[in-house]
Amino acid sequence: MADTRTISVIVNGKSHTATIETRLTLVDFLRHELKLTGTHVGCEHGVCGACTVLVGGISARACLMLAVQCDGLEVATVESLAADGKLNTLQQAFQDNHGLQCGFCTPGMLMTLTEFLRDHPEPNEAQVREALSGNLCRCTGYQGIVDAALDAAKKMRGTTR
Amino acid sequence: MSAEKRPDSLTGFGASVKRKEDPAFLRGEGQFVDDIHLPDMLHAAFVRSPYAHAKVGAIDKHAALALPGVHAVITFADLPEEIRRQTMPLLVPHPAIKQPLLPYALAKDETCYAGEPVACVIADNRYIAEDAAQLVEVDYEPLPAVNDCRAAIEDGAPLAHAGAESNIAARFPVKVGDADRAFAGAAHVFREKIYQHRGGPFFMECRGAIAQYDAQSQGYTLHVSSQGSHRLKRCMLDMFDLGDHQMRVITPDVGGGFGPKGSFYPEYINVAVAARLLRRPVKWIEDRRENFLTTHQERDQYWDMEIAVDANAKIIGVRGQLIHETGAYVPWGIVLPWITATTVPGPYVVPHFKLDVISVFTNKIQTTPVRGAGRPEAVTTMERLMDRVARELKLDRAEVRRRNFIQPEQMPYKVGIIFRDGRPVTYDSGDYPASQAAALKTADYDGFAKRQLEARAQGRYLGIGMANAVEATGLGPYESATVRVATSGKIVIYTGATPQGQSHKTTLAQIASDQLGVDFNDITVVTADTATIALGIGSFAARTAVNAGSSVHMAAMEVAAKAKKIAAGMMECLEDDLELSGGYVRLKSAPDVKKSLREIAVKSIGMPGFSMAGGLPPGLEHTAHFTPDQAVYSSGTHVAEVEVDIETGEVKIVRYTVAHDCGRVINPMVVEGQVVGGVAHGVGNALYEQLAFDENAQPLSTNFGEYLLPMAADVPKVDLVHLETPSPLNPLGIKGAGEGGTISAIGAILGAVEHALEPFGVRIAEAPISPQRIVALLGEHARGRTQ
Repeated sequence: MADTRTISVIVNGKSHTATIETRLTLVDFLRHELKLTGTHVGCEHGVCGACTVLVGGISARACLMLAVQCDGLEVATVESLAADGKLNTLQQAFQDNHGLQCGFCTPGMLMTLTEFLRDHPEPNEAQVREALSGNLCRCTGYQGIVDAALDAAKKMRGTTR
Repeated sequence: MSAEKRPDSLTGFGASVKRKEDPAFLRGEGQFVDDIHLPDMLHAAFVRSPYAHAKVGAIDKHAALALPGVHAVITFADLPEEIRRQTMPLLVPHPAIKQPLLPYALAKDETCYAGEPVACVIADNRYIAEDAAQLVEVDYEPLPAVNDCRAAIEDGAPLAHAGAESNIAARFPVKVGDADRAFAGAAHVFREKIYQHRGGPFFMECRGAIAQYDAQSQGYTLHVSSQGSHRLKRCMLDMFDLGDHQMRVITPDVGGGFGPKGSFYPEYINVAVAARLLRRPVKWIEDRRENFLTTHQERDQYWDMEIAVDANAKIIGVRGQLIHETGAYVPWGIVLPWITATTVPGPYVVPHFKLDVISVFTNKIQTTPVRGAGRPEAVTTMERLMDRVARELKLDRAEVRRRNFIQPEQMPYKVGIIFRDGRPVTYDSGDYPASQAAALKTADYDGFAKRQLEARAQGRYLGIGMANAVEATGLGPYESATVRVATSGKIVIYTGATPQGQSHKTTLAQIASDQLGVDFNDITVVTADTATIALGIGSFAARTAVNAGSSVHMAAMEVAAKAKKIAAGMMECLEDDLELSGGYVRLKSAPDVKKSLREIAVKSIGMPGFSMAGGLPPGLEHTAHFTPDQAVYSSGTHVAEVEVDIETGEVKIVRYTVAHDCGRVINPMVVEGQVVGGVAHGVGNALYEQLAFDENAQPLSTNFGEYLLPMAADVPKVDLVHLETPSPLNPLGIKGAGEGGTISAIGAILGAVEHALEPFGVRIAEAPISPQRIVALLGEHARGRTQ
């Protein structure tokens, strides 16, 4: 029979306790158990970055992590970003700079950049491109995404200092 | 019909408005097919052939069925009779197709590519379904496999399909003039053999479908990640022998398509079969390995070409042979090689042209159009020939092209060949010399020699390359659009167009807003649900702006005219005295005298027991189907400047310029996004993307570690120049924009790499060109080489 564990995890500030199979990936737990479908599955082998979430504030591939590994930890997904219902600075910059087309890679891009811009408030273009190298996009050619990241960085500096 | 922009409209045609689609996607509230959870839903996984070619014998499903949570294991023998009796449909038949071979929904007795579905397992969840799929035991007898389309047509080659007459699916000539006679008298004839490989679409969202069965109507609802709900519905009606009312196909948000999501796949049939069998919704979501194995790709073309020019480098003729790999089956017939063949002449005057096209079976997943749809290969071939002429005659490469351009005053220009829409290839408009001139200026082509010299002094090798293309876009037959004002006054557009990132929900609303006098945000666009509109084709081949855009424009004009007519009756004035703005029909001379669209819509549907006033058909709505007479031709020029590391073979794109003409532009921001994104796809095809197979046609690149997609650090910033020659063939003057970014990129980059390596006499006749190949071609010239 399936091996199960009971875990407690805080997702986007809300605490969840669930009994799950040990083999359940974090992304399937988020999507299918918690119905947080904003986190996407693009490759299931850790390359495309569509499933990127923050675990304890650090970006992680939710397809390569088991849900049981998050027991006692805090997870943040794309659904946490517009917490007050309004797009946050980074999200708004994506819309303003046409940083998304089909929208499938977008949640991963946003979470990667949320971490990156927090740690690198004044990046240049090359640094942004390097930071995005773990996230694949087939639609945009990345230009709109890079522009959005730089635009957001500028606006975030303006509002927090 | 007039498409004049309303002076008071800041959000209509021509405005770079922000997209309506974005807020939901940015919040994680998009609804892709795997985001749909239906009550009682079961999950499918497929047992797939591990061999590229095998006989399928007995299938033992006992162990799989014994696993707790497994509900069914479906094999060919278990399929309903109507599914067993036929192979999947040939979407575009053509007399040149000698062997129209197509697969069954599940393998009957033979598998012809690795990954071909053999059985479908249904379980409580995907984890259990995959466990059970491992437990299904299939007796395979491996057969010799065909892994190369050139070897496939040699005598004694193994057959990709047991019992076939040969490996040739189709063979056809494309001809203009008399090439052989023209070549006989030419001053110069040059021959090039070129290998081109294009990978697959590799959209970020894999394929997927959910089928529901309704016992009462004996009908189905299929949610599917596609590029055209209506065409899939038609395929499903044929397969299941159903009435129109028994199949509803809905395409929700789609995470990229790039062509192959427009195909009809066996998994869609199987989930529907399972849903009927088990009377529960059944979901299948492709995983990335399945995506590498079973989603259609574009892959191999081998070109053997000659160009004849006169002493002044003017083209006399082009002739040769194209061996095109169709893979295991021919779902799209010869569409792909046909588009390739007809794209070769491009923007140049080619008086004589002859191409012998052979479409060949191999034991690999079939090839169907991927962004550009055979055009990138044609353009790359022609541009390699132009570079060759320049080199041999010691002329500047831009100058050779300049001497051969079709001139704007020659429009409309008849190329002399028949396109896949059955019409003669007739370029409707365009200014090719201006396009190249604009691109070269922005790329500072004149200053390149200096940049190259300076770099050489530092031991760095720069090169510049260019490619011109003319692209047939806006293909018919039509796209549907209904514009309806509800009795609440709210406006909706229904269309068969099926977006995968192209922003239809924004751009189609912009077009309608001009006619209806409302903000584009007040118009909702509902796409790709067969229950909302009867007919539809879908979004591929850069066709939606032209077809759906024109239909929306026509429908919205009719609705506006009808609103005025009804309002004139209500207000007792003349229609000509009225205009639409702000959600009202107003008296021009006294804008406060007005009727709301809501009031007019209520009036338009009549009252029970009363006759309709004024003889108008009921409802404030109109459905239009713009039916173009022929394709409209976008064009463009790409200029790539690269640096090649002669030690590692790495190619870095240091500057990239695109001049692009897609006629009148609905939303410049969106068009720029399409072009820049297309360039990235072309960069992948030029430098990175290679699907490898072993000698048994076993796929070797089945993940993103082995198959390289361009990443953010690989793709250049693109300098874009917009040119605008409106098409005379549709009411808005538009042409397609979705593929031009990709089509010229490969030719421009290959030309630049060859140019960079000119001192070493390296010739580039293949795409993609990898660092390893560049080092190999450099041979003794590779820096750091000691042996």
